[in-house]
Amino acid sequence: MMIRADLMAIAEMVSPGARVLDIGCGDGALLRYLGAAKGTDGRGIELSQAGVNSCVAQGLSVVQGDADTDLKDYPTQGFDFVILSQTLQATHRPRNVLDDLLRIGRHAIVSFPNFGHWRVRLNLLFNGSMPETARLPDPWYETQNIHLCTLHDFIALCTKDGINIETALWVDGLGKAHRFAGHSTRANLFGEQGIFLLSRPNAQHH
Amino acid sequence: MTHDGCIPLLDGVISPGLSEALQHIGFSPNMSEMLHYPASSSPAAPPAQVGCDPALGGIRVFGPDRALVLDGGVSLAPVSIAFRTYGRLNSERTNAILVCHALSLDQYVASDNPITGKPGWWTQMVGPGKPVDTDRYFVICSNVIGGCMGSTGPSDPDPVTGDPYGLKFPVITIADMVRAQALLMDDLGIGRLLAVIGGSMGGMQVLQWASQFPHRVHAAIPIATAARHSAQNIAFHEVGRQAIMADPDWHNGDYQRHGTLPRKGLAVARMAAHITYLSEPALHRKFGRNLQDRESLGFGFDADFQVESYLRHQGMNFVDRFDANSYLYITRAMDYFDLAADHGGVLSKAFAGTPTRFCVVSFTSDWLFPSREGRPVVHALIAAAANVSFVEIDSDKGHDAFLLYEPEMFRVLSGFLNAAADQVGVKLP
Repeated sequence: MMIRADLMAIAEMVSPGARVLDIGCGDGALLRYLGAAKGTDGRGIELSQAGVNSCVAQGLSVVQGDADTDLKDYPTQGFDFVILSQTLQATHRPRNVLDDLLRIGRHAIVSFPNFGHWRVRLNLLFNGSMPETARLPDPWYETQNIHLCTLHDFIALCTKDGINIETALWVDGLGKAHRFAGHSTRANLFGEQGIFLLSRPNAQHH
Repeated sequence: MTHDGCIPLLDGVISPGLSEALQHIGFSPNMSEMLHYPASSSPAAPPAQVGCDPALGGIRVFGPDRALVLDGGVSLAPVSIAFRTYGRLNSERTNAILVCHALSLDQYVASDNPITGKPGWWTQMVGPGKPVDTDRYFVICSNVIGGCMGSTGPSDPDPVTGDPYGLKFPVITIADMVRAQALLMDDLGIGRLLAVIGGSMGGMQVLQWASQFPHRVHAAIPIATAARHSAQNIAFHEVGRQAIMADPDWHNGDYQRHGTLPRKGLAVARMAAHITYLSEPALHRKFGRNLQDRESLGFGFDADFQVESYLRHQGMNFVDRFDANSYLYITRAMDYFDLAADHGGVLSKAFAGTPTRFCVVSFTSDWLFPSREGRPVVHALIAAAANVSFVEIDSDKGHDAFLLYEPEMFRVLSGFLNAAADQVGVKLP
């Protein structure tokens, strides 16, 4: 079973047999892969009803919902991993969403496009216009991305909110993931996206 | 009858045509022999050989030793439960699916209805190669208690007086209907159901099953339903009941002894209810303001409009196949349904620790059980850490959509059921 390289990097962070909640699960590719490859007990939330119906028709457990409003029902520490892939930047209150992820899951895995990528910077610097790249394909007036940030910005928020970064990856233009730690200028300049494995320092681990 | 046993035929049934028709469709003494299943508790009992015949089913009678203790406090005995089965129970007994029927429906899910002569009410969902695939699953559907298709109801004789129960029949609840079904499952030797599925009132039973017998339900599919009956829905039911009770032929529910039937009242009840099963766009698409068999308005009170003619037709047909007192009792059961109230007002407590997989289904144009009634069920299940899917189907056919051709629903439920069956290890056909 083949999945996108960045999803594969996320899948590698998940331990076998874990209870997984995938928020914004799309067509269910990651959940299906995790179920088949790691025997996880997976659930999904997806905004589009067509996506939900398609997932359920494939035997996945998915409900229609929104990361901003529909996480409050989920019980505290009900999951081992909560995944938010390429969605944080589209939420209204990303800080609250992060908080919810770490309430619901013992670990959160978050990925998002890096607004600090050199192509983005050059776009602004030389063209003076909002960047449109492979990761950020839509013009400013149509994009769902309302809370874009750089890898540095995200790490700063984690520090501020006392969130523990267990693993940090930057993903290059070929989809290859590279590990980094702390404030890496290289990661922030060359990462098209970042993937973070997060936890609360005081949370109980099994 | 003082012991459990099968009765081959029905007597004391409401509609004059009903008893005869039930005899016609094969409740013969021979079949009752076939239906005398071994008790599930007996370890020496061979596997029940049921479902060999696609038209199989019967009526089981439970005597006072297995009386049904109702929510209202009454102990009901004897209790008859009429049912139909389709497909074959596997030797591991892991492929049984219980279909729960809606208010005015019956056990004839996928075979011709003996009263109307029409095909079963869910032949697009249940049958060989259908989402509820009778080549893979063993499907059971029983008439609810309080009903009028062979299960104990208000038209049956009261064992104390010998006269029809009428309004002396105890008020029953959705939970009572489920208890009766559980009694039947015990009798068929089915401990755990692969799935319980149903729409509308059937969906209420599905939720009740999952709440009351969580370890007997692997997968639950409540469709176009809610965890409680809304004020608006109670109001519509009350209109129907008042129409029946306003009919002089109702005789305080004692019409059988008076040799009458409250046909007009029941027809009006059905007409009012039928509107709630459709949607404004569906009515408009089907009828618009088209006139019935005439070129211009009649300036009178005949059925000028097609929609009037259609409703009158629906009402008239209904009285030939349904008992007015059953209508009162079953609508009451729906009105009383409030799963959260039974759990301190917190719906998620109804599902605490549930091992069941759920697939909740609603339809965009259903205004009787709209998605906003289904969503709290989903939220409660999420809060209970249940394994839940929620599917909203885009349809303009209103509440009735669950009974109609909705390929998206079929695709989704087929996938959901296949996954559930694979988990349990039910073999492919």
